[in-house]
Amino acid sequence: MIFDCHVDVQLRPGISDPQGSTIEKALPALGFDGVAGVRVGKSVMFRLEADDEAAARREVEDMCNRFLTNPVIEDASIRVSASS
Amino acid sequence: MGATVGVVLFPGSNCEMDVVEAVERLGATGKLLWHDDSNLGDVDAVVVPGGFAHGDYLRPGAIARFSPVMGAVATFAQDGGPVVGICNGFQVLTEAHLLPGALQKNAGLKFRCGPSRLRVETTDSVLTSAASIGDVLEIPINHFEGNYTCSAETLAELRAEDRVVVRYVDNPNGSVDDIAGVCSAGRNVVGLMPHPERASHELLGSTDGVVMLRSLLAAAGLR
Repeated sequence: MIFDCHVDVQLRPGISDPQGSTIEKALPALGFDGVAGVRVGKSVMFRLEADDEAAARREVEDMCNRFLTNPVIEDASIRVSASS
Repeated sequence: MGATVGVVLFPGSNCEMDVVEAVERLGATGKLLWHDDSNLGDVDAVVVPGGFAHGDYLRPGAIARFSPVMGAVATFAQDGGPVVGICNGFQVLTEAHLLPGALQKNAGLKFRCGPSRLRVETTDSVLTSAASIGDVLEIPINHFEGNYTCSAETLAELRAEDRVVVRYVDNPNGSVDDIAGVCSAGRNVVGLMPHPERASHELLGSTDGVVMLRSLLAAAGLR
């Protein structure tokens, strides 16, 4: 089966985010007031062949732990769904 | 006969010849080690130089860590061999888990390029054995992602074990506890963001990096 996978990589809570704070400081200059807590991450999308959804999810978790994130500073949230 | 220093060359490295030149001026032999080669040959020390290994794609060091040469570097380090990562090399060594922590984007998102002053915090490392504690060395920095970060537990461990090798006098990038460089538990693997090889000749404006390179060559000579 083919699965659509979406990995959302975010800095862990408590890790400073210089990009997020720069964006947060820039927004009021454009008239967007009241914005707080900006965090910037990255999104990785791909298709994956696996026996079932659980197997696909395990594979993606392994990718995250070993490559797609640096667990010292980043967390990932994973979405896996059967490809249409 | 002088020591041989292996200098790892990834696609995207750009400080490898600076390191070779600097160690050869001090009487050693510099030998480039291609990243795709899993054999270090007969080297007495390894330097992972600055640059943008594999384009820094995904994260600095994230892809370089899987280059075949890194397995050999890890074995060399486990065997007690002196290994120094400079700038991008420091990022590679953290991604390879040869050193703790990670290097984040600089605070304020500023690319920092210029001289920095470093205080030597320990002489029990392969990069500082010839220096004295409290020495202030002027060594250039040149990085966007040099903001050292680690968990509170790791920081406590680094402090308790005297593994912060150098601290910035004026923190340029937001690094936790002003950390510019750390060493491994075995003290033979050192990573730092500043570039000692760029402070190795009067024409470069500082010779303060020489004491670091001499320390490394002394450790290499013991192999």
